[in-house]
Amino acid sequence: MRFRFTDEQLELRDAVRDLLANECPASVVRAAWEGDMSGPDKVWAGLCDMGVVGLMATEAHGGLGLSDLDLTLILTEVGRAAAPGPLVETAVVAVPLLEKIGGSVAETWVPRVAQGESRVAVGLPGESLVLDASGADLLLLWHGDALHAVDPAEVSITVETSVDRSRRGGRVAWEPGPQPLAVGEEGRRLLDAALERAALGTAAMLLGLGRHLLDVTVTYATDRHQFGVPIGSQQAIKHKLADVAVALAFAEPLVHRAAYSLARGPALVDESARETTAVHVSMAKAAAGDAAELAARHALQCHGAIGYSFEHDLHLWMKRVWALAAAYGDARMHRERIARAIL
Amino acid sequence: MDLEFTPVETEFRAEARAWLEANVPGEPLPSGDTREGFAAHLEWERRLFDAQWAVVSWPREYGGREATLFEWLIFEEEYYRAGAPSRVTQNGIFLLAPTVFEFGTQIQKDTLLPRMAAAEDLWCQGWSEPDAGSDLAGIKARATKVDGGWVLDGQKTWTTRGAFSTHLFGLFRSDPEAERHRGLTYFLVPLDADGVTVHGVDRLDGDEGFAEVFFDAAFVPDDAVLGGIGDGWKVAMSTTGSERGLTLRSPGRFIATATRLVDLWRRSGETAEPGLRDDLVRGWIDAQAYRLFTYATVSDMVATARPMGVESSLNKIFWSEMDVALHETALALLGADAELDAGSPHASDGGAWMKGYQFALAGPIYAGTNEIQRNVVAERVLGLPRK
Repeated sequence: MRFRFTDEQLELRDAVRDLLANECPASVVRAAWEGDMSGPDKVWAGLCDMGVVGLMATEAHGGLGLSDLDLTLILTEVGRAAAPGPLVETAVVAVPLLEKIGGSVAETWVPRVAQGESRVAVGLPGESLVLDASGADLLLLWHGDALHAVDPAEVSITVETSVDRSRRGGRVAWEPGPQPLAVGEEGRRLLDAALERAALGTAAMLLGLGRHLLDVTVTYATDRHQFGVPIGSQQAIKHKLADVAVALAFAEPLVHRAAYSLARGPALVDESARETTAVHVSMAKAAAGDAAELAARHALQCHGAIGYSFEHDLHLWMKRVWALAAAYGDARMHRERIARAIL
Repeated sequence: MDLEFTPVETEFRAEARAWLEANVPGEPLPSGDTREGFAAHLEWERRLFDAQWAVVSWPREYGGREATLFEWLIFEEEYYRAGAPSRVTQNGIFLLAPTVFEFGTQIQKDTLLPRMAAAEDLWCQGWSEPDAGSDLAGIKARATKVDGGWVLDGQKTWTTRGAFSTHLFGLFRSDPEAERHRGLTYFLVPLDADGVTVHGVDRLDGDEGFAEVFFDAAFVPDDAVLGGIGDGWKVAMSTTGSERGLTLRSPGRFIATATRLVDLWRRSGETAEPGLRDDLVRGWIDAQAYRLFTYATVSDMVATARPMGVESSLNKIFWSEMDVALHETALALLGADAELDAGSPHASDGGAWMKGYQFALAGPIYAGTNEIQRNVVAERVLGLPRK
């Protein structure tokens, strides 16, 4: 029993944190809102160089051959920086999916995606938009249980507007071609795996978003004075932020355990319940979503009016939280999924 | 990361489970916070000790089996899974003992620990006073130096199971000139000493689980001091780390409660209010989260050879509020039957949920109120400015 990341995993996390601290300040996130993607593109190139995008690709395809477990701390850092871009959909969902399909599809696309030469977008049933569908070189889309690789030239995209303007995407109208990548049982299995990975990757990002919101609010509450004292010396503020710290602290091990279960099979199972990896992922997504939403709510309240202004950066993180808490199943949906498994 | 138990840990779990299955009383014992129940619980404690299960993590010479922290967690999971009686020795073995191991002299360890493990000495905690609750540094009970020892005067209150205990560990002001956290000393006091009077006090649920303890020129010898003279606050804080953190409320307890709650839901079947599903799953997730958080904390403690840190305050807030929520969900599931108390012929599970609810409500109060814990988290974890 060793519920702890290795030094190598922590070093990779720190390297990603450094990259983002340099390349992804709030101004980059804000610029992405205005449609200037030069900053996020640079971040993406940096992540490709570090091997993050191809982390789950095989070494034969230019990847690192690592797992969900190795990616989870990195995704939390990307969430902390609110870095724009479909990292979950690409590194966590598309790359392992293409590897699983194998053959010429994997050989053609995985190395290019890992190196940042090509972009792939993934459409999962139930989601309101296909993230970065417009700039993609390849679309992975399901039609029922059938998974298709679709040429973006063959589809029509209706652009949707996310509350988080740095999340760009739309609905894709398309006709399934004659040669799906997978059908039936196999297609369903790939879809389930994709949904689990998307939910867990998003949960890891939500942890980072929540941490950032807590950190900036602690700083603000320390600097901001009213009645001649820092507002953060008042218990009304302290107790709100302590609640956020508790929520994040107890969501975190659920996320890490779910990553382990995805990588190696269900771990630390409560023998009285029918626990699967899917149940572990749902626990992680529900808890991380709730914790990040609490962080957003209390961050806004503790900032007061300045936090409610468009000019202040707080809303960039809050809106990402709202978008991601709802994506790939919100907390209630995931708890209902758990209820069906354990009750 | 490796989330599998080792073969040794798995073997340990199997041995604990087998012994508990063979020995845990079939009928629940009467409450350990009543006189009659306390006696029954003592008998159980001695059975645990005889089989070497009373203090699994302690050295063998004191009655333990030198279990690792993970094995201790495993034992606790099995203990609660088996529905074994609550530990009336817990204030000694879980709160005082870690402090004795850290600060005690060799003689104190050799004399105190085996008797504590065997439930021959029963310890209660003497910290709170009528005017020193959350503001514990306001302690007024005095210790005055005399030849060969100290004379104690003053009053302690809300002393859990004080009326049934034989000894008290507590903080007394040994330097009358010093204020607040300074000038306090940690004393180990036999309750049958001349000048010590104990009055039982009924708790919210009617059990005599509290006591007030009066000291009127009670003499204790020099070796009744644990740690240095005037170091009482530091010594006491090591106990609060244990209390809020790992040892008082191990995850097994809440996993067992959540499991019983799932069982109650299944028995309620179609009649259960569908809206309660979400509450129930929340509680179940929280119990799992607490277990995982503890495993991660222990992994870190083992890897870095560090003691429990400020996460004990995060812990205390989380488990105490989870415990209330789990019982609230159970009472909601019971509907009108929720009011049927222990002893009522139609009480569900012997009235255990209402009894447990009342006990759970104490959680956010004892071991430092959750308001104090939130201040600790805000100031020492987050670094927010003090008042």
